Amino acid sequence: MQRRTFLKGSLAGSTVAVAVGAGLLTPGAVMAAWPKRAFETEDMQTAMKDLFGTAQTEPTDDISIKAPDIAENGAVVPVSITSGIAGIEEIAIIAEKNGTPLAANFKLADNAKGFVSTRIKMAKTSNVVAVVKAGGKAYSARKEVKVTIGGCGG
Amino acid sequence: MAKSIRARATLKGDTVTVKSLITHVMETGLRKDEKTGDKIPAHYIQEVTCEHNGKEVVLAQWGPAVSKNPYLSYEFTGGKSGDDVSISWVDNKGEKDSLTVQVK
Repeated sequence: MQRRTFLKGSLAGSTVAVAVGAGLLTPGAVMAAWPKRAFETEDMQTAMKDLFGTAQTEPTDDISIKAPDIAENGAVVPVSITSGIAGIEEIAIIAEKNGTPLAANFKLADNAKGFVSTRIKMAKTSNVVAVVKAGGKAYSARKEVKVTIGGCGG
Repeated sequence: MAKSIRARATLKGDTVTVKSLITHVMETGLRKDEKTGDKIPAHYIQEVTCEHNGKEVVLAQWGPAVSKNPYLSYEFTGGKSGDDVSISWVDNKGEKDSLTVQVK
C-alpha cells in the first residue's frame, strides 16, 4: 500500500514536471495533476516552489487583496484577489500561518480577468498572501487578517 | 443532477461575471468527532473546472483550507448572452458534480 502510494505520487510528479518544463502543457492538460505536494506542505516557500517553480516573488501594488481586517470566524474568511498585471496565468491564495499554508490556486485562461473570489479557513491571525504568476514571473502581495476564532478544527 | 451547485453568470459590458456556490463539507481531516474523539477523515473538493462554451476559463485547485460550502467567483471576457457556462467539481474521494447555466 505504501509502496503504491509512493509510486503513484512520484510518477505523477515527475511526468508533470517534465511536461511543464518542455512547455508542452496547456492549462487544460495540466488539469489531471492536482498539486498534492504544494497543498500538503507545511512550508509556504516549498508550496510556492512546487506551484510556480520559484519561491522568489516580486512585491507589487498591482495585486489587491480584499479580505476583512478582522475575521470573527476563521472558518469563513472571504478573500478576493484582483490584479491588473497582463497575461496572468495563475493566482494562488496562501494563509501564511495555516498548518498547510496553500489554500487555493487558480489557473486562468487568456480570456479570464485577473480576478478570483472565494472563502477560506484560517487557523489564526496571519497574512493572506496572493501570488500571481504572469509571463514566467511571480508577483505577490499580502494583507493581515486578524482571526478571533480559528477555523481549522482540531 | 447538479444538486450541489448553484451558479449565475451575468454579462455587463464585455465582461461575464460568474458567481457560484457549491454545497460540500470541505472536511480538513483535522477535526475530531466530539463524541467519539475519532478524527473525521478529510473530504474536500480538489478541482473545480469552469468552462465557457466548452472551453476552460478557470481551473481552481483547492486544498482543505477552502471553507465549507465553497463560494467561487471569477470574470471573463468574450462571452455573450445565452452562452453556456459550466462548472464541475471533483473531490478527494472521486465524487463529482457539474452544472451548466446560460449567461444572462
